[in-house]
Amino acid sequence: MKILVCITHVPDTTSRIAFTDGNTKFDKNGIQFIIGPYDDYALARAVELKEQHGGSITAINVGEAETEPTIRKALAIGADEAIRVNAHPEDAIFVAKQIASVAKGGDYDLILMGRESIDFNGGQVHGMVGEILGIPSISPVMKLDIEGNTAKVTREIEGGKEYLEIEMPFIAGCQEPIAEWKIPNMRGIMSARTKPLNVIDPTGDNPMNVVEVFEMPPAKSGVKLVEPDNLEELVKLLKTEAKVI
Amino acid sequence: MEAIAKEASIKGGEFIVRETEAEEIFIPEEFSEEQKMMAAATQDFINQEINPNISRMDNLEEGFMSSLMEKAGQLGLLGVTVPEEYGGLGMSFNTGMLIADIVAAAGSFSTAYGAHTGIGTLPILYYGTEEQRQKYLPLLASGEWKACYCLTEPDAGSDANSGKTKAKLTEDGKHYLINGQKMWISNAGFADLFIVFAKIDDDKNLTAFLIEKSFGGITMNEEEKKLGIKGSSTRQVFFNDCKVPVENMLSERENGFKIAVNVLNVGRIKLGCGVINGCKYVTTLATNYANERKQFGVSISSFGAIQTKLANMAAKTYAVESASYRAGQDIEDLISSLKEEGLEPAQAKLKAMEQFAIECAIIKILGSEVLNYIADEGVQVYGGMGFSEEAPMARAYRDARITRIYEGTNEINRMLLVGMILKKALKGEIDLLGPAMAVGKELTSVPSFEQPDLSQPMAQEKDTLRKLKKSALMVAGKAAETFGPKLNDEQEILMHIADMLIEIYAAECVILRTEKLMSRYSEEEAKLYKDMTTLYLFDAVQKIKNHGDEAVACFATGDELKVLLMGMKRFTKTEPVNTKELRRSIAGKMISVNKFPYTLY
Repeated sequence: MKILVCITHVPDTTSRIAFTDGNTKFDKNGIQFIIGPYDDYALARAVELKEQHGGSITAINVGEAETEPTIRKALAIGADEAIRVNAHPEDAIFVAKQIASVAKGGDYDLILMGRESIDFNGGQVHGMVGEILGIPSISPVMKLDIEGNTAKVTREIEGGKEYLEIEMPFIAGCQEPIAEWKIPNMRGIMSARTKPLNVIDPTGDNPMNVVEVFEMPPAKSGVKLVEPDNLEELVKLLKTEAKVI
Repeated sequence: MEAIAKEASIKGGEFIVRETEAEEIFIPEEFSEEQKMMAAATQDFINQEINPNISRMDNLEEGFMSSLMEKAGQLGLLGVTVPEEYGGLGMSFNTGMLIADIVAAAGSFSTAYGAHTGIGTLPILYYGTEEQRQKYLPLLASGEWKACYCLTEPDAGSDANSGKTKAKLTEDGKHYLINGQKMWISNAGFADLFIVFAKIDDDKNLTAFLIEKSFGGITMNEEEKKLGIKGSSTRQVFFNDCKVPVENMLSERENGFKIAVNVLNVGRIKLGCGVINGCKYVTTLATNYANERKQFGVSISSFGAIQTKLANMAAKTYAVESASYRAGQDIEDLISSLKEEGLEPAQAKLKAMEQFAIECAIIKILGSEVLNYIADEGVQVYGGMGFSEEAPMARAYRDARITRIYEGTNEINRMLLVGMILKKALKGEIDLLGPAMAVGKELTSVPSFEQPDLSQPMAQEKDTLRKLKKSALMVAGKAAETFGPKLNDEQEILMHIADMLIEIYAAECVILRTEKLMSRYSEEEAKLYKDMTTLYLFDAVQKIKNHGDEAVACFATGDELKVLLMGMKRFTKTEPVNTKELRRSIAGKMISVNKFPYTLY
């Protein structure tokens, strides 16, 4: 089984977000980057599926050279090889076209990625790749098992779960509890440096989004506590301050 | 790939008389991507396996610590510096230090980890026969077996060679029968292998034995009720006619004390380094709390009193980190040189550790005392909450305390390190006499008004450092001259000299690291490091002056005392420093990033 796992290179979840260049660029100063947590689930499940069924895992990232430590972490966790599309991941459609272009020539049985990245949280790439390749795309996937050429998938839907059976190839946007995050072991880290990391040029497609300005949400004001028997005060605050009634 | 070892350039203990260039030292910013990934993976292990289970660990849940050790073994954390042929990763000494640094944030686990990978594994690596290494090291590196180190006895703590545990050869000459009592044995509760020190018949010195639990004759008391590191198994171990095959003697008869001492050198530096991530974790928690806690309508992090604490915590941690990895790489470089000279790897490591035993002791003292300072201030920043077991500070405070006691108390280490320097001087390994005499001459001549070339980076700080070294040489030289070999009995003076040396080493490492960073970072990026250096150095100068003044007044009188005190004044004279602004600047950065002010891994 050939699995393609798409990896995002995103700021650590505890990062303080700030912008530079007149609020048009994300300020990377002092920021630690990680594999997107949802992508980490996808990678962990890919490693388990490979252990069960054999095959190979290719990790792909659309990013500039700075993302290579993140990609090598994916190799340390268990990917056999990696591809870096040498371009800034401008927007979802741009990234999807790059992934689809690689996937077309790769004959992959499964394409796994996170349900969404945790920087822009678009959650669009899996659907777009599916559309471009003309194969199904399912998200968010909580459970994924393979039997022969068929996958049994549990998907989270509004208020419940959906159980699906689907022929490979297909795309899954993954989330917990599909697998537990894997910590790379020391030997994996040492072997990562000898695994292939191929850098390829992007397709000629242009991004569709242009960032004009980023704006931080307004600072949250503190919580006001109202005594349970002081309903009048509560109603007044809801009317005058929160303006919800 | 690891950071590349270079040819050894500085001898152990030589820092006191030698000027080192920034380019000669290793700084943690130079760790390779692979080493950083190992550090990050170790942090992931703590976050996933330990942090959510702190109470299970600290309540000594049956089998829990043992299972953590096994998981660590599966990740390869237990065999980082064990050679590949014995099931380890064969990584460098400094990589082992790095993992110990990160594990420091894991509370009791770090003690179990240190006892297993250090004093539990290294004696076999350094002194074992090929058969002993092949048999035991793969089991220990994988975590399948856990080890403990049985040296201390009820009446033999710091005076370890006075132990009463006995070994007697059986009539058939095939076994030793071990009888005796050991105490404060970390990992005893779940260990499979016991490294035990005992005296054969009426020997004067100890002999080491490798004892498998399955040999029988081993019983234990209940778990000790301890002040801190409650999750670490600590028991008294009794050997009652424990039958050990003769081939399980480690090294030669009566070589045990040497093994114990040499292995403790490694244990010391690793313990000193093995506080760093704990310091960072506590500092981050304190910063988080200070940002969140509001009093008088504002975050307490906006108060100068709190900022002072945060800045001090950061600067002191920076110093321990700078010193640990500089010394770690110096040791690594010497190991490489010795191996190139044809020494067997284990012997090369031992010899290098022995060479740098002074730095190992310095880092143990510095690291443990900084950790205790930080845990104490962490409690203080938390205020009333710091005193509650609901918040993490109380545990940090309790866990930190042991580090000043084990691997040789800080008092023993202080006396040892001065003794070792003087011994090296007597043996001619480092030239203390020449520089000490030059300082003596300088004292009675007109002070030099020569100014450092301030266009060079850190020129002022290096000038201060040069003078601080003179102050230590003056005090140590005069004390040695006054007391001769009897200086060993003047523990108060030895402690003062040790404190001067510790601060000088730490200050030098901080200055050189910052100088190296200044050549790589923009002025704006380097500001934090420069501020921490100025702050640390200012504090070090005050301490050195106090210790020097006290030390000379302990043995000199009249005009001689006056001259020495004048020397202390001259050698500790510095430019005024606005510590308020420095601390506000450092703390400001911490408050804005809401954690320890810089991230390496």
